[in-house]
This record gives sequence, structure tokens and C-alpha cells, in this order.
Amino acid sequence: MRVIGCLPQRSVIWRMSTSRVAEFSIALTRYLDGNGAATGPLPGFAAAPADLLPLYRGMLRTRSFDAKAVALQRTGRLGTFASSLGQEAVGVGAASAMAAEDVLLPSFRDQAAQLWRGVTPLELLLYWGGDERGSDFAGPREDFPICVPVASHVPHAAGVALAMKLRGEARAALCLIGDGATSKGDFYEALNIAGVWRLPLVVVVANNQWAISVPRAAQSAGETLAQKAIAAGVPGEQVDGNDVIAVRDGVARALERARSGGGASLIEALTYRLTDHTTADDARRYRDDAEVTPHWHGEPVARLRQYLVANGVWSREDEEHALAGAAGEIEQAAQAFLATGPQPLSAMFDHLFARLPASLRSQRDAALGGEADNG
Amino acid sequence: MATQILMPALSPTMTEGKLARWLKSVGDDIRSGDVIAEIETDKATMEVEAVDEGRLAQILVPEGTEGVAVNTPIAVIGADGEAAAPAAKATPTAPAPTTPASAAPAPTAPAATAVAAAPAADREWGPTAPLSVREALRDAMAAEMRSDSRVFLLGEEVAQYQGAYKISQGLLEEFGERRVIDTPITEHGFTGMAVGAAMNGLRPIVEFMTFNFAMQAIDQIINSAAKTLYMSGGQMGCPIVFRGPNGAASRVAAQHSQCYASWYAHCPGLKVVAPWSSADAKGLLRAAIRDPNPVIVLENEILYGHSFDCPTDPDFVLPIGRAKIERPGEHVTLVAFSIMVGVAMRAAEALAEQGISAEVINLRSLRPLDTATIVQSVKKTGRIVTVEEGWPFAGIGAEVNMQIIEQCFDWLDAPPARVHGLDVPLPYAANLEKLALPQPEWVVDAVKKLI
Repeated sequence: MRVIGCLPQRSVIWRMSTSRVAEFSIALTRYLDGNGAATGPLPGFAAAPADLLPLYRGMLRTRSFDAKAVALQRTGRLGTFASSLGQEAVGVGAASAMAAEDVLLPSFRDQAAQLWRGVTPLELLLYWGGDERGSDFAGPREDFPICVPVASHVPHAAGVALAMKLRGEARAALCLIGDGATSKGDFYEALNIAGVWRLPLVVVVANNQWAISVPRAAQSAGETLAQKAIAAGVPGEQVDGNDVIAVRDGVARALERARSGGGASLIEALTYRLTDHTTADDARRYRDDAEVTPHWHGEPVARLRQYLVANGVWSREDEEHALAGAAGEIEQAAQAFLATGPQPLSAMFDHLFARLPASLRSQRDAALGGEADNG
Repeated sequence: MATQILMPALSPTMTEGKLARWLKSVGDDIRSGDVIAEIETDKATMEVEAVDEGRLAQILVPEGTEGVAVNTPIAVIGADGEAAAPAAKATPTAPAPTTPASAAPAPTAPAATAVAAAPAADREWGPTAPLSVREALRDAMAAEMRSDSRVFLLGEEVAQYQGAYKISQGLLEEFGERRVIDTPITEHGFTGMAVGAAMNGLRPIVEFMTFNFAMQAIDQIINSAAKTLYMSGGQMGCPIVFRGPNGAASRVAAQHSQCYASWYAHCPGLKVVAPWSSADAKGLLRAAIRDPNPVIVLENEILYGHSFDCPTDPDFVLPIGRAKIERPGEHVTLVAFSIMVGVAMRAAEALAEQGISAEVINLRSLRPLDTATIVQSVKKTGRIVTVEEGWPFAGIGAEVNMQIIEQCFDWLDAPPARVHGLDVPLPYAANLEKLALPQPEWVVDAVKKLI
């Protein structure tokens, strides 16, 4: 063996010295416990119990919509659908904190937020029925269509926030994602840029504990998902996602920070998916009733109802009246959806380009010619 | 000087048609590419696009008039002193059958069909001056940023560093850091962000340091930018430009040397252009920035330093979807894009010395593809050779040649042929790299096999 070199010997031994250069903690906010009892003073918007009634009605309306949509799917009249059963407080809480001129970028389980923002039940049914006209919202024109790809709309939300910032507007973009989405690169990349550029962006994670069949523990080794914000240099916090007051409060603070130049935020709303991932899923194949049943305690609708009843602003008659009203509205939308005729063949081409190039006009016309001749 | 717009012909056999609708009114400003009217025959309807620019001075044939003979003046555009070029081109929306209609039902599958209208001559833009492709791209962005405050540039190294290939020289100085934005190294992130900004009313230009890095972001380009107008029922469009160098450079190895032309041209919802000359670069990039759809601009690193004569007219722009005949010829049609136009031109020179006259078509636009110009050329020459740097399988040459087979098979005197890069990851070794990329001699050899 030939020695080809040796390490230099140090004559000075460096004394090890460490210092703490950064420290983090993640806060969890809750106002109502699982039985609907206030844990302390409520934020201003919730000071009068009656002021919470619109939030309650919003959750009831969403639950009614979900039940009807699942029924339509089970009877072969709607495509695959993702119910938000048990997560209504996340969407209603977040959307109710938004200003009309803010922009919502929803995922596929965010009908609670969309309905609150003014997307109609009929538009949502058209969308889930495969009719693209359902995404041409008559109400919130700048809100984005539902994003089915996981997390690809987080960069879009950062882009909307960038546009707002470049135009000098006091507005914010709000992006709704699930727990699984926080494992994706587009989530990290968007949050990173939003941190660097202090963009008016709020990302709300509806952590419903399950990404289809993958439980939260198998998604990330981090103690919280909110702490993923820390690496991007933006505030991250948890709220009780089954407590609509906590969701609205946390999102409102983040939106206010965003609109006033304070940059982006990440909010992890802790909730639970009480039903299947979608109508194409059977959750009993990977989780049993013993896992699910305890989570019915403290679910968002019952929790707020208990608070409202205890404070004398809600009664059994109010409940029956509200349920009938919501069911009536949704039934009317369902009838309008079922009465909407199929799209014409030309619909495939209508919005492919702002103006259809000649080569595609030939394809469209050939297809139309075939349809007419066969008709 | 006023320019007359003539009643266009949808097909060589069309003699008259109905002027169904005017889409512009007297006094409207007309830009090149604007649809100004719709014309109907018993076979089809078509849109009339303006080639000249100016103000619509007079409508000579009111809408609803039937039996308007081809070449009848239908309107007058008040031009700004330039010589009148042919003023309109017809863009058919349906084919004129070349054979009598069959009694059998038409097929339900979309069939590629003849686009019979002869393309109008390109507008003359007047004086030219030498300009590098690099400067042409910069000038195009600067001109559009001056005229539209929604336009901004973002990407890696575009601001302080003035671009990895110095395309954005001077832009930060002129437009400031709000409109010329350096991003972190996050292609998926900044591409998706630009897509979101476009959907919220801005007009981003995304520079990829090379298109190889756009692979990180191709989900955003195809699944979001290209599809959202359709998937939102028309609510939300995405006016955005993705640009950067594409294809082989010089000794940057397999992962940094590939042509994405057929990847992007494959996708409905995208437009794809591939400039060769400075005029292509300037005219197509300006059109891309103005376009309401997502447009991919495939540049070429080697061409950045090349100089070409480019029109000096400050309004110079080229229509997307139109090819250019760079060199007329009689015996064979050479179809190329980007840097391969130069290879085809050198091949044409070599062929000329051997008595073979080659017509060279610079595609300029890959989607939409100007099939009419290629078909017209092949009907004249009877032979076609496509030339591309990329891989052959499902490539642009395959598509062009298939269009020719579908649309003018009976005019062919020889099988369509293609010249392409070898079907291998591009070698780093200098000798092997050269051997893997099309050379003019490859084109000459391919042509001589056909004649």
C-alpha cells in the first residue's frame, strides 16, 4: 500500500459553540368545544349569537346540497361527486371571512365556500354533470373554476395574488386545498414564492385526515401541516376546522394581513371526512366504523346548533323551517339541472380558443356534418 | 392611400357567395388578422381576415347581399400611405368538396379536409435593417410592454442578469422590477403563478431559461393554461406567452438538447410558433403577446446571435398561422422550421447547383399549421421533404407529410420524405453531436432519392 496523502493535523481545537437562530411554534385556535360550549370570549363578529345564524344556514344549505348530489349520483343522474359532509365549517368559515372582491380558488370538495360566494347549486350540478357552462359563474366572475388536479391551483392563487399586488389593489386570493395536497411540489413552490414576494395569499388546508385511503400520519412526518409555512417564511397556524367561528376568525386575520401588505399565510383547519372520498370510493374498505364514529361528536353543524340553541336564538321549529327551505332550494336546482338539455356537439369546440383556428373549424364542421347526416 | 378589400374565393371553383355579416363598422380601426366579415356559400361559411391595417373607410356591399361575385370590391380600408397589398385572405370554416358529394352519410369522425383558399401574399412592410434574433425578441417585448401595461416578463435571471442568454437586455432599466421579475428556481411554481396572473387579467411573458426546464412546468402549461378557457365554459381565458430556447444548442448534452415542437403542437388549446429569422422572431413574438390564447414561442439558442434583415416599421407584426415561402422553386418542396430553415436553404443552394430547384417553406407557426401554403407548393412541385431537428416518431414532419397525403396525394410524384435528428438522446461528444443532427447534405440526399 502506498500512502498518497494525509490529513493536516490541527494544532487548535475549536471549542464548539451553538446558538439558537430561530424559534417556532404553531398555535391552535378554538372557540367552541365539541359540545358547542364557548371556551372563552368570542371574536367580534360572533359576539351576538344571532349574528352566527347566517353561518349556520350556510352549513345546512351545503349539507342539503351534498345529500342531493350524492342521491343524484346514486341514481345515475350525476357524475362522480365529492361530498363535504363533516367539513362544512371550513368552507363557510373561510368564505365568510372573504370580501366580495377577493378571489376564491377552490378544490373539488369546496362547495360550501362556493355556495357562500354566490355560485349557484344549479351551476355546481351542471359542473358535476359534465357541463362546462356550470363553471361560467354568473356570480363571482373572478373566482376560479373547481380544481380537480391536486394542488395545481396553489401556484394559480399565488399568481392571482401577484396580479393584485402588481395592480396595487388591497385584495387577496384564498386557496383551498386538502391535507394530501401539502405533500406536492406545486404547494411548496407556490408558498415559497408567496413568502419571498409577500403576496396577498391565504392558503387554507382542510385537513380531513384522509387523502383517499392514506391517513394523515402516512402523509407527512411533521407534527402539523401548518408548520410547512415556516420553511417558506410565512405564518402558519391551526384552527379547529369543525368550529366555524375559529375558521372564520383565523382566515379573517390572515386575509387582513394579506390585504394590508403583510404577505401570505397558511392555515390548517383540523376536520374530518365523515364520508367516502367521492362517490367512486368506498371508505369501508380501508377504515372501519370504530375509526369514524367518534368523529361524529363535535361535527360542525351540530356543534354550532348546540351553541345557538343554548343561547336561545334557535329552536326546533327554526331548524325544521331552515331544513325545508334549504331542501326546497336544492330540489328546485336539481329539477332545473335535470331539465337542462345535453350540450350540442359544437360545445366541445366552443371555448377551445378565443377564436377557433381554421384547422379546428374543419374538424368541428366535419363532426357537425356527420351528426346532422346521422340524425 | 386606400386599399380595396375584394370578395375572396373559398375554393378555385367558387364564383360567387353571400356577404352574410359585417363584423366591423365604418370608422373601426382594423388590425392585421382581425375578422372583418363572414361570407357564405352553399357549401360553407368563412371568415374574412384583414391583412392590411388601417381604418375601415367604406362598406361597398351591405350585409345580407347574395350573389356577390369573387373579386368584387366589398370595402375600402384607408391605409397609412403604404402600397396596397392584397387586402384580405379567406379562412374557410368548412371545406369545398373537390368531388361530388357522396350519397352515403358523411363519416362522424372528424376528417381532415382540403383547405382550398389560396393564401394571400404577405404584407410588404417596407424598409429593413440588419437585426439579431436576440435584439428582435427584446424589441418585440419592449414594444408590447410599452403599449400594454398588463404585459410583464418573469423567469429565472431575466431582470438583474438581463437573461441567461441576454434576451431581456435593457428591459429592467426601462420597465422596472414590477414588470421584469426575477423568480426563484421554481419552474412549476412560477409557471403556475403566471398562469394564475393571466387568468386574473394580466398578460405574462414567461421566459424559460431553456425549454428543457419547462418539463417541470408542463402540467401547468397543458392542464391549466391550455384547458381552462374550455373547462370554465368560456369564463376564464389564459393570455400568456411561454418562450425560451428550444432544441439543441452546442454541446450541452442530452438533457439540455431536445426539441419540444411536437410535444406542444400536439395539444389543443395551445398555439405554437417557431421563429427562424429576426423578422419571424419579432413579428411572431409580438403577435403571441397580443394573442388571447396561450402561445408557446420556441426560440433557438444558436440563432440568437444571427443577424437578418428585419422590417423597421414600428407596427411590424406577423400573423400566427401563416407560413412563409423563403425561396421559390419548382421541383421539390422543403418544409422546415426554426434553425432547420437555414439547413433547408443551404440544401436548396446545393441542389440548385445540380439543376434541382427547391422551394423552401418556413413554417413559422406549428399550430395552427398553414397547410394551405404547403399544399399549394406541393401541388406545384409534386415532392415534399420535411426537415426537423427533433426525433422522427410522431414528429412535426410526420404530421406535415400526413396532411399532404390527406390533401394532395394525387399530386405527389414521389413518397413524402422526412429528414430529422437521429432517434437518440443527443450525444455530448462533439463528433457524435454533429453526426446526430440534420445537415444540408442529408436534405440533398433525401431530395435526390425522390427525383
